[in-house]
Amino acid sequence: MSAPVRPPRPAAPPLARRPVPVIFERGAPGRVGYSLPQSDVPDVPLDAIIPAAQRRLRPAALPEVSELDVVRHYTALSHRNYSIDEGFYPLGSCTMKYNPKINEDVARQPGIARLHPYQPEELAQGALQLLWELEHDLAEISGMDRVTFQPAAGAHGEMTALLMIRRYFEDRGERRTTVVVPDSAHGTNPASAAIAGFQVIEVKSDRRGNIDLEALRAVLTPEVAALMLTNPNTLGLFEEQIREVARAVHNVGAQLYLDGANFNAILGITRPGDQGFDVMHFNLHKTFTTPHGGGGPGAGAVGVRAHLVPYLPVPTIERDGQRFVLDYDRPKSIGKVRAFYGNFGNLVRAYTYIRSMGAAGLREAAEMAVLNANYMLRRLRDHYDLPYDRVCKHEFVLSGRRQRDRHHVTTKDMAKRLLDYGFHSPTIYFPLIVEEAIMIEPTETESLQTLDAFIDAMTAIAQEAETNPEIVRSAPHETPVTRLDDVTAARKPILRWRP
Amino acid sequence: MKYIPATPAEREHMLRVTGVRAVDDLFADIPREVRLRGPLDLPPAMSDPELLAHARRLAGRNTDCDQLACFLGAGAYDHFIPSTVPHLALKPEFLTAYTPYQAEIMQGELQAIFEYQSLMCELTAMDVANASMYDGASATGEAASMAADLTKRPRILVSTAVHPEYRQVLRTFTSHLRLTVEDLPAPAGITDPAAAERAMADDVAALIIQSPNFFGCLEHGEALARVAHDRGALLVVAIAEPISLGLVRAPGEYGADIVTGEGQALGNALNFGGPYLGMIATRDAFVRRLPGRLVGRTVDTEGRPGYVLTLQTREQHIRRARATSNICTNESLNALVAAVYLSTLGRAGVQHVAELNARKAHYARGRIAALRGYQLAFAAPTFNEFVVRCPLPPEEINRRLLEHRILGGLPLGRFYPELADCWLVCVTETRTRDEIDRLVGYLETLG
Ligand SMILES: Cc1ncc(COP(=O)(O)O)c(C=O)c1O
Repeated sequence: MSAPVRPPRPAAPPLARRPVPVIFERGAPGRVGYSLPQSDVPDVPLDAIIPAAQRRLRPAALPEVSELDVVRHYTALSHRNYSIDEGFYPLGSCTMKYNPKINEDVARQPGIARLHPYQPEELAQGALQLLWELEHDLAEISGMDRVTFQPAAGAHGEMTALLMIRRYFEDRGERRTTVVVPDSAHGTNPASAAIAGFQVIEVKSDRRGNIDLEALRAVLTPEVAALMLTNPNTLGLFEEQIREVARAVHNVGAQLYLDGANFNAILGITRPGDQGFDVMHFNLHKTFTTPHGGGGPGAGAVGVRAHLVPYLPVPTIERDGQRFVLDYDRPKSIGKVRAFYGNFGNLVRAYTYIRSMGAAGLREAAEMAVLNANYMLRRLRDHYDLPYDRVCKHEFVLSGRRQRDRHHVTTKDMAKRLLDYGFHSPTIYFPLIVEEAIMIEPTETESLQTLDAFIDAMTAIAQEAETNPEIVRSAPHETPVTRLDDVTAARKPILRWRP
Repeated sequence: MKYIPATPAEREHMLRVTGVRAVDDLFADIPREVRLRGPLDLPPAMSDPELLAHARRLAGRNTDCDQLACFLGAGAYDHFIPSTVPHLALKPEFLTAYTPYQAEIMQGELQAIFEYQSLMCELTAMDVANASMYDGASATGEAASMAADLTKRPRILVSTAVHPEYRQVLRTFTSHLRLTVEDLPAPAGITDPAAAERAMADDVAALIIQSPNFFGCLEHGEALARVAHDRGALLVVAIAEPISLGLVRAPGEYGADIVTGEGQALGNALNFGGPYLGMIATRDAFVRRLPGRLVGRTVDTEGRPGYVLTLQTREQHIRRARATSNICTNESLNALVAAVYLSTLGRAGVQHVAELNARKAHYARGRIAALRGYQLAFAAPTFNEFVVRCPLPPEEINRRLLEHRILGGLPLGRFYPELADCWLVCVTETRTRDEIDRLVGYLETLG
């Protein structure tokens, strides 16, 4: 085995290597890190408040640490974490664009962050106005008639929309049992369809990376409730026959659903409503810059055309002259999909972003996201296989087939090697229809210098796969830990600390 | 536009390399008929100072819990948030990270979630907890389908003392499946074990209760667990106010099989209802049926400890239509907030804050119940919320209290028509005796 070769100029400073003991192993018995007042009400024995039989048997074995212990602990953990603020995050399908700081200031200001969901509407007119305006903005951006903000994320939006579709057909006395998804779809699409009680039929993609229109027509029967389509799709390609697809779906009376995860490519350029979609979800945590928080929270919004409006979850936000009100009186509504009104804090961030950008800014974002992706595609295509050779939208999918077949270096290996170069890796092994998939999404917020540095790293790794494959296979070398044993992790799960 | 760094010269360069003349050429695959002809009709873009001023104006049309003494709870609680929480959990290294797919550069996040899972287990006295769900209501909906799957049974019994919005969500989550959801009345403010026993049968998958329940009352967890277990059903316990677990019997201590809940109270801001934190925990035997992400501890090739996302074959990206749930993006940052909160308060602090809640609420409860015309609706022990019957419509009381900058409790008629004269009052540690006395004083003058 050759000695690891350090990449010439890593793009981000190295993360901390020093392991961090779990918080439970810090501190000492009796140490505290909190400051709370003593009780200021007359003392009564606890038994008189809550009988012993209903009190805890054993106190929860929580940490006993000082405030500084807590600060050092989480600071140390933060030094072992990659983030957008640290460097480039070309995760295809995830739209890891910069999260503006002003969004945080607006969302955390007094008057926004400390509103109780059940406080009277008169005391929350600013919040309701913001939501009402955001609904109008998203309706305009998408060509939908109304938008609900209840879903907490994209998958939650999918489920919400499918339940609305189900109710819509029940209302018309139609029993439709299946939902069609392309083989390139994200895993949440079939999972949401199943949770909404539908059978899932998968349709293959054609040689150009579009949904196969003939195959689609073959499965479109009166049993079909909806086709769930992502457009641009998960190959980063616009469904060129979208109008024919919409016609075919509507011809059998089914609904056309848009998975809007890839909206960033088409902002201000084309609207799903104009393409023939009946209903869609937005991932506000992708397209509209709300931070991912290490996995969430997101904010999914669902937009619908007029015929689905009666089925929206309650409450909707209505304007009554100068007043904004919550409307629960919607007899055909599917009900509620979560408590309260949605991930309000993130809705504030998305609103702030839209107000910063305006119409021209949003269109420019889409244009630059697409130009950045095509530029990278052009510069990387000689080094990796390109399964679909077309102009891409905001992202593109390469394949590591060549490296695997010739050098026994997998896409996973190359993704890990990228970490040594100071980059987060692209999305890998998705979509499932591309072998050794490498899905790259630069977004519009990255500079040419960053794109070039990443391209250089990808090119260097393709070289290394030829000349020094072992260094790629055994990567990463420069990270706080090397490859982790997931097999044992799953076989003998250790999912918590135990005293 | 400061979020788009490409200069005109750079754009020219990129177009040249790409081999197209204009950006428009990159959109040639979009049929003309569906392309927008003009700009979107949106309000004009604002500069940062304009935007901040605009946002301040909007915020100014709200009155928040800094300006009011809040006696409103009902699933969202006004607790003190230690300074460590915003300063640590909202650090950009956590805030702007994606899901930790590349474990080698995400050990910070993964370890934090592992610790969160552990803290949840300690708090609920359960074996295993996941990395988070959307919120308490949807977590409870997921628990119902989990229970139905585990038992292969079609009926769910749910106490009417479970948060009404959780029950609505439960119905939305199950209405189309071959699952029926039946209400168990709670006329005395708690679920009656004898009534539960009568409703229980061999085709019941789960009995769902909340404790402290929506009325603030503590349920007879042990007895209800026995009722469920005697017929092979699971006991699902929803916790809407996790601060209670610093003091009251933990679900794992009385035999809960699945614990769900809302973790907002653990350091998360009220935020007008979200983002909040869905909790779910269970027994070891059921771990492979849990929804959502799980972090596990393992070792790297050098034998150093490390953390990874694990048991992923339960999840949608692997199992697709046969996944245990469709959840992907969750509420990790809110989980991190809860972890920092629980670490800061620690073993003693969590008991201290729970006791403060119980003591202050007990004091307020006694003083209000002693007022002429006011009466406790239920006799059961309560934690930091309680229901009083009022001599005036509670909506009217709330209106009058607002004149004195007091945000009153929840009028229950909205969810329980038969309790139209009832008022759900919440007293957390953030209320002072002086504020409670003022509240009582005003109620007295309202007569
Ligand atoms: C194409 C696509 N669809 C759906 C989803 C699900 O969205 P979320 O994670 O917000 O639930 C994602 C992202 O994870 C996605 O990339």
